[in-house]
Formats: sequence, structure tokens, C-alpha cells
Amino acid sequence: MILAIDWAVFIEKFILIVSVVSGSLVIAMYSTYVERKVAAVLQDRRGPSRAGPFGILQPLADGLKLFFKEEIIPNFSSKFLFILGPCLAMLTAMMIGAVIPWGNKIHLFDRDISLQIADINIGILYVFGVVSMGVYGIMIGGWASNNKFSLLGALRAASQIISYELAMGIALIALLMVTGTLSLKEMVGGQMDHWWNIFKQPLGFLIFLICAFAECNRTPFDLAEAENELVGGYHTEYSSMKLGFYLFAEYINMFLSSAVMVSLYFGGYDIPFVNDVNLAENIGTNWAAILQGLVLFGKIVFFLFLFMWVRWTIPRFRYDQLMNLGWKILIPLALFNMLVTGALILLKQNNWHF
Amino acid sequence: MKALTNKAEVVSRKPMTWWERMYLPAILKGMAITFSHIFKKKPTINYPEKTRPFSPVFRGLQILNRDEEGREKCTACGLCAVACPAEAITMEAAERQPGEEHLYKEEKYAAKYEINMLRCIFCGFCEEACPKDAVYLSETFAPSNFQRKGFIYGKDDLLIPHPLEQPEAFAKAKGSRTKHPEGHGNEH
Repeated sequence: MILAIDWAVFIEKFILIVSVVSGSLVIAMYSTYVERKVAAVLQDRRGPSRAGPFGILQPLADGLKLFFKEEIIPNFSSKFLFILGPCLAMLTAMMIGAVIPWGNKIHLFDRDISLQIADINIGILYVFGVVSMGVYGIMIGGWASNNKFSLLGALRAASQIISYELAMGIALIALLMVTGTLSLKEMVGGQMDHWWNIFKQPLGFLIFLICAFAECNRTPFDLAEAENELVGGYHTEYSSMKLGFYLFAEYINMFLSSAVMVSLYFGGYDIPFVNDVNLAENIGTNWAAILQGLVLFGKIVFFLFLFMWVRWTIPRFRYDQLMNLGWKILIPLALFNMLVTGALILLKQNNWHF
Repeated sequence: MKALTNKAEVVSRKPMTWWERMYLPAILKGMAITFSHIFKKKPTINYPEKTRPFSPVFRGLQILNRDEEGREKCTACGLCAVACPAEAITMEAAERQPGEEHLYKEEKYAAKYEINMLRCIFCGFCEEACPKDAVYLSETFAPSNFQRKGFIYGKDDLLIPHPLEQPEAFAKAKGSRTKHPEGHGNEH
């Protein structure tokens, strides 16, 4: 019967969803702290150090502060959309976590539980769809504010994300030709105990990385919130936790795009230099899953650090430079990469040996 | 035109080479520079917990000194008020009554002694003018208050803690500052 619900699956998925959502929230929370710490360290400062030991409670203090701020909805704004904006930003940011494989599987109560919320066979397309929806959060928020600067910021964000999505998609096509699958789980599986995709697609990865920075609205591509030109960008009119949601969504986006990048190019939860299958046989599936999860987390943390490192190194682009880079450099490069990859695959299939 | 120094450098207007136009090497170089800053020593001093070491001639807030037995040294002679270029000091004198010998060192003492810390320029002339070694610039600094009247320090703010009753507070208020390092000779 189709409608018969397997309650065990229901419960296990529910627990998984709750833990992924709360996990990404906590990580986003602490990314704000780490961001400030990294910024401080790179600039020879000390960073937050007052709230708790080493300032570890700083995110809580920030969150509390945002909650207690006055909530202002401008008179001339479109109220429904004004509230919908940050909600959408947050929602789309969280939705990406559904298809990322956080680990292989664990064995509990005589069941193999896959550590992925939904292994859909078009996983990466889903990611792209959700990411493109993310621009609605910014666009709606900026438009509903009824403020020139917000609108300008939102327009910038929209055009930037759309332009960079193209190059990102083309870079990804080359990767898909190599892996031959759209499912993130299978992509990670293909990299297990083999060469990671970064070695097969270095140029593609570089393009993907640059585009990921642009998609997350991070420096050097944070023109949507260029405070010296646009007051505050698309969230000029936002206050209290609605602003907090926007800022939070940026960090969740950062975390999950790091996760996507790791899954696509850096072997996901593959432990480098270790044969994972043998490891799972030796120390048990569960321990192997925990180790793999930690390794995945380490890789993600590295990418988060990279995001921050770049932010505190490189100044912001000018808008025409941004568009030049996107349309005149990255897209041709991505096309070239796709062409070369395709040619190489064809040659290999025709038994041309290198 | 002749350059004044040999530091002048001609600005290069050469178009960038292909390598330079790639920007990636330059970005990596920049990132290496920022990364190296992680390992640099931080110049920050965690202020309330740690303070910068002061020079021996540092001039902070005034204190009114007591002698070893805890008696107030000030005789309200007014020399500090006269010496004060900012006119921050006012005082009222009173006569010591019999039975108050343990409180005041001399027959006359300051019943009221006020320094307006907003006017004070911390020049240290009061300290130099004082013949009794009574007013003394400490190592305490940065007075803060919500109201202007809070900056007018009276005797209860200025008097040093009792050396016999609160020896630790006394030593802390007195600090390690050397008085009159140049030896102006006023104290003799």
C-alpha cells in the first residue's frame, strides 16, 4: 500500500531534520563569533573577549540584543512582503541542508540510517533551485522596504546572483560530465577512496568557488550591502530580529555552500588517505560514521575560514568590475572548461590513452 | 624638478601583464600576508585587567596624604590653590580642637578641600607647591561620572585610606610613583 507510513522512517527523518536544522543554526551562530575572532586575529586585534571565557557567549549576547531591539516596520512599506523577505531568506538558506550527505550511515536499533535527509536523484539541481530562490528573500525585502537604497541593494544582489549562477552552473556541468550523476550521495560515493573531484576539475572548482562567494554575498562580492554607497543595502530598513534573520541567513548560506563545495569537490565525508570501507569493517559502522562526520566538519570549517579569510583580505569590487568578471571572464572560462572536459571524456571513451 | 629626497618613485603607468591581470597570484599574496598576521604579537593591553606600565613621573588624580600614624598632613595653607593654573582647587580651613590630635597633624587643617577634576590639567604644580607633602598626584586616572558635579572631588574622594587601618588600600592609592624626581626642593 502506498499510503502506509513507515513510522520508523518518519521518526528517523524527523530527528535528522531537527538535528540538521538546529545544527546549522548553531554553526551559523558561532560563525558570527568566529568571523569576528578571525577578523580580529587577521588585523592584530583580540576580538570579542568579554562575554564568557574567550567571549564564547558573544553570539548569545548578540542574539539577545537583536531580540530586544525595537521592531520597526516602515509606514510606506508593504507589510506582508516586508515580513516575508527575511523569512524567505532564512527558509531557502535552511532548505539546502536537506540533500547534503552528512555521513554514510549509522546502524541503530537494527536499522541502517542514512545520514542524509533526502537522497533525491537530482540533488544538485535541487540545490541550484533553492539557491536561486534565495534571491527572492533579498529582492522582496529590498522592494518591500520602499526605500531607494534598499531597492538598489536588492537589484544589485539579484543581478549579481543571476549572473554568477550561470558561470556556476556551467562549471558544474563539467563536473557532472565527470561524475555522471546528479545525486550528491553518489557524487560523494564516487570520490570515496578515489581521487577527489578537485583533481579532476581544478579550474571548475575555482570558478565554482568564486561563484559561491558571489552567491553568498560575501566580500569581495558584497555589493548588495555596500554600506559606503547604499547605507545598509537591502536591509537598510530592517531592524530587530528581521535584520538578524538576514544576517543569519548569510551565515547559514556560507555554511551550507561550504558543505556543498566539500561534497562536490573535496570528497564529502571521505577521510583522506584512509580506506573508508576497511575502516568501517574494522571499527564498526557507527564509529566510522562519527569519524567521517568529524572529517566532513573539519573540511567545512576550513571553507568557512576561507570565506572569512578572503573577506578580511580583499576589498570590494566596483560594480562594473563585478559584471566584467562574471560575464566576460568566468562564463567563457567555464565554457572552455566544459569543452575541454567533454573532449577529454570523449577521447577517453574512444580508448585514446594518455 | 629636483627631488628633495631619494625616496621619490616614478609611478609606473605600464599596462598590466597577463600574469598580473590574472589577479589570482596577487590575491594569494595578499592572503598570505593576512594569514601571517595570525601569528603576530597583539599589541592590545586588556585594559581593566592589565594596565600599561607608567613612567615614574606619571601624573594622575590627586590624593591627600596622611602621615605614618594616619593623620592628615594638609594645613589648608592655600599654596596649592595659588599655584594651580587652572584654578581647580578650593579649600576652607579650620582649627584643630583639643582631642583631634590623632586626626590632624598640625593645628590647622582643611575642613573642605575640593578639586574640580574637569578643570584640573594634571600639571602637578599643586604637588610642587605643597610645603607639607600633603597633596600628591597618584597613578590613578580616568575619572568617570554621569554628572558634572560628580567630577568635583571632595575630601572623601581625595583622602588616602588610613595607613594603619587599611594598609593595602593605602599602598595601592599611594602607588609606586616617585615624587619630585628632579628634586624641586619644595618639600624641605
